[in-house]
Amino acid sequence: MNLTLKIWRQKDSNAKGQMVDYKVTDISEHMSFLEMMDVLNEQLVNTGEEPVAFDHDCREGICGMCSLYINGEAHGPDRGVTTCQLHMRMFKDGDTITIEPWRAAAFPVIKDLVVDRTSFERIQQAGGYISVNTSGNTQDANAIPISKHAADEAMDAATCIGCGACVATCKNSSAMLFVGAKVSQYALLPQGQVEATDRVMNMVKQMDLEGFGNCTNTGACEIECPKGISLENIARMNREFLKANLKG
Amino acid sequence: MALDSKVPKGPIKDKWTDYKNKINLVNPANKRHIDVIVVGTGLAGGSAAATLAELGYNVKAFAYQDSPRRAHSIAAQGGINAAKNYQGDGDSTYRLFYDTVKGGDYRSREANVYRLAEVSANIIDQCVAQGVPFARDYGGLLDNRSFGGVLVSRTFYAKGQTGQQLLLGAYSAMNRQIARGKIEMFNRHEMLDVVVVDGKARGIIARNLITGEIERHSAHAVVIASGGYGNVYFLSTNAMGSNATAAWKIHKKGAYFANPCFTQIHPTCIPRSGDYQSKLTLMSESLRNDGRIWVPKNMEDVMAIREGRKKPTDLSEDERDYYLERRYPAFGNLVPRDVASRAAKERCDAGYGVNATGEAVYLDFASAIERYGKEQAKIHNIDNPTEAKIYELGKGIVEAKYGNLFQMYEKIVDEDPYKTPMMIYPATHYTMGGVWVDYNLMTTIPGCYCIGEANFSDHGANRLGASALMQGLADGYFVLPYTIGDYLADDIRTGKIPTDSKEFEEAEKAVTDRINFFINNNGTKSVDHFHKRLGKVMWDKVGMARNEQGLKEAMAEIKQIREEFWKDVKVPGNANEMNPELEKAGRVADFLELGELFAKDALMREESCGGHFREESVEESGEQKGEAKRNDKDFAFVAAWEYKGEPADAVLHKEELEFKDIELKQRSYK
Repeated sequence: MNLTLKIWRQKDSNAKGQMVDYKVTDISEHMSFLEMMDVLNEQLVNTGEEPVAFDHDCREGICGMCSLYINGEAHGPDRGVTTCQLHMRMFKDGDTITIEPWRAAAFPVIKDLVVDRTSFERIQQAGGYISVNTSGNTQDANAIPISKHAADEAMDAATCIGCGACVATCKNSSAMLFVGAKVSQYALLPQGQVEATDRVMNMVKQMDLEGFGNCTNTGACEIECPKGISLENIARMNREFLKANLKG
Repeated sequence: MALDSKVPKGPIKDKWTDYKNKINLVNPANKRHIDVIVVGTGLAGGSAAATLAELGYNVKAFAYQDSPRRAHSIAAQGGINAAKNYQGDGDSTYRLFYDTVKGGDYRSREANVYRLAEVSANIIDQCVAQGVPFARDYGGLLDNRSFGGVLVSRTFYAKGQTGQQLLLGAYSAMNRQIARGKIEMFNRHEMLDVVVVDGKARGIIARNLITGEIERHSAHAVVIASGGYGNVYFLSTNAMGSNATAAWKIHKKGAYFANPCFTQIHPTCIPRSGDYQSKLTLMSESLRNDGRIWVPKNMEDVMAIREGRKKPTDLSEDERDYYLERRYPAFGNLVPRDVASRAAKERCDAGYGVNATGEAVYLDFASAIERYGKEQAKIHNIDNPTEAKIYELGKGIVEAKYGNLFQMYEKIVDEDPYKTPMMIYPATHYTMGGVWVDYNLMTTIPGCYCIGEANFSDHGANRLGASALMQGLADGYFVLPYTIGDYLADDIRTGKIPTDSKEFEEAEKAVTDRINFFINNNGTKSVDHFHKRLGKVMWDKVGMARNEQGLKEAMAEIKQIREEFWKDVKVPGNANEMNPELEKAGRVADFLELGELFAKDALMREESCGGHFREESVEESGEQKGEAKRNDKDFAFVAAWEYKGEPADAVLHKEELEFKDIELKQRSYK
């Protein structure tokens, strides 16, 4: 395949960015999207240009590092995948592909396609944990039975990889799917109950402080989420939040 | 320097308890006057950072990613072992210890492995308390499954995302300490050297990967938890950024590097498809619980499949060679990784590979789907179910167990593995070799510790499935927090370590000079060009099967590539900005040295052992004919290499391994 790429180039967070056109040739349909980017970068290095900076690491869809807004969609046109799992067979010879960084005020651009997602870190630090000592002197793991249903549902919520596609795709740049997933995981487990009130209040407060928008139930986040995190988690977080406020 | 493993005396089952009773402790009020640096925040580093901070030490943690949650531990799929014996199938601390030592081909340190087995049960309790959603059965209790090389079900799991959930558990424990101010987290930072003052590790030089700024950080002790070096092969199952730099830098400053040639080739990876490929993807070994591995019996069928004239599903049961079940009836498809990998290579080398490159075997779920389907029909009282119904019910069970893995396979290969068998081939996965550490997990540099995959101690020459997560968390949560205290007890009066000493200055200058060299070199070839060449030599001559001549050639070739690299590498951009090419250049420079030491170590070890198959060392007769031949008389030792400049000049130190509690014998999985 021969393709035209329109890529957002931006030297650093203070510089003004712009779209730049590049051509790549001989792209195999079996390549992943990021391998196609590697081919472009190798070409740029060989011609003395600076390669395009983009985030990526595990390349098997689990670390949540890769991002990219491809043809107006977070992680590109395929469903239920991260960019590293997106394959070139989703594109056609002669296509023009637009590649941009995540778009959200709370995710400022660091360079080219790399954005700063540490706002997610600070939300987790505000309460995304259970306050148990890591001493090993905890009770036996089977001492508190957990129904299979609850454990499976908690696992579904915990599957979130923190990539930020939900934020990038939301017209309000809301982080509620991400925060809802973490709140849900603990809300569904007995171990998470003790701090439930403080957790949801603190995480929601931090989410607002970071400049994320609100949820208006459009549902784009669920559609673009590579891990299929469901909107139910937002509903559960809202219930937890309401409960916490009533407890006051 | 003579190697002292510092293994405590006494019976193996009492060693750890006795040791803990006797070590020096640091008073809680004094811990806040002590700083510890942790490099790498995966399972080992993350759990260590969280626990040390909780104990009261001031922790500075460093990660090259934007968040500890991205460490490559997150990609571990199958599970974590623990000797809980919840299943009542005969498991015990001793049996986990035994399986691990045997699985490691008797090249690990007995006392360390016993301790690992001993604390394994605590890990599960700890993680459940943290809210890790392990799989449960219908009674609400924890579920288990089995892994290669063992005969009990001791593996705890969270779907096919166990590593993810355990890492997020450690990450959440870290977040709690970051919020308390006890961990200072340095994301997007890379350690580029260790600083040794008066013979002790007292800090590091790090580069801020966003601004390019070179920073000095001091501490009373430095913990390296930087993972494995599998990317020395270029293609591996490791994350793209996984590197050897932190471990290699401490090696160059005096830490011995042990058993570099012990690398695991994992049997169940998606085969490579072309030269553009950037990495390989692992399919969890847990698939072997239900998948049956085969190649066609007849060469005509192999050809027909390769040319697309036949589909694997066209072959009847007796036209298939289930070679693992044939060769190893006791363990069947669940033989350990090294045995399964070698057997796949043997069949493919003999010409039976089923894809275009001839490097693939089938992993087939048809019989599992049928078996589960029939069972479900019975459970749901469906009389005379149709084949379609059985398939549907069986598929549901397989989907519940391995759904995400099947989806991943389908996305990469563009084939539905429920309908047609998966194709798999071995790939470089985990490195058992690493920095030499004593029983305290301290390297040969006083005050410099090394934990998790970055050290060498627990897995011998081969790692059994579901034991990497176990070691990472055992080291971080339960071992290091004790052993480091014993060392730091002497430091309560030291006070802050200044960063303006000549040692810091010299280390910083060396780092800056090297970066400037890369930026100003103006060569003609990219970093990846050299990395790929190194990887090819490593795979062809230092891969699954090795021989004397090939290893000698590899050493010379790697040296040659290294020399060309330093003359001709091209790194665009500047030093004082985010520059991924510059990051890669530094890492590949280190791999180019490590690769040569790796080959040297393999050349010295004239035995087949674990994932290391020496073609000159093979059983020639008897029941084990054709299997790898270990040589305990001459090679029951840890090879710890001392840096002397060129990798070829490294000096060998031997730590003789003692097996007092487990008899050394030929591994048999027949």
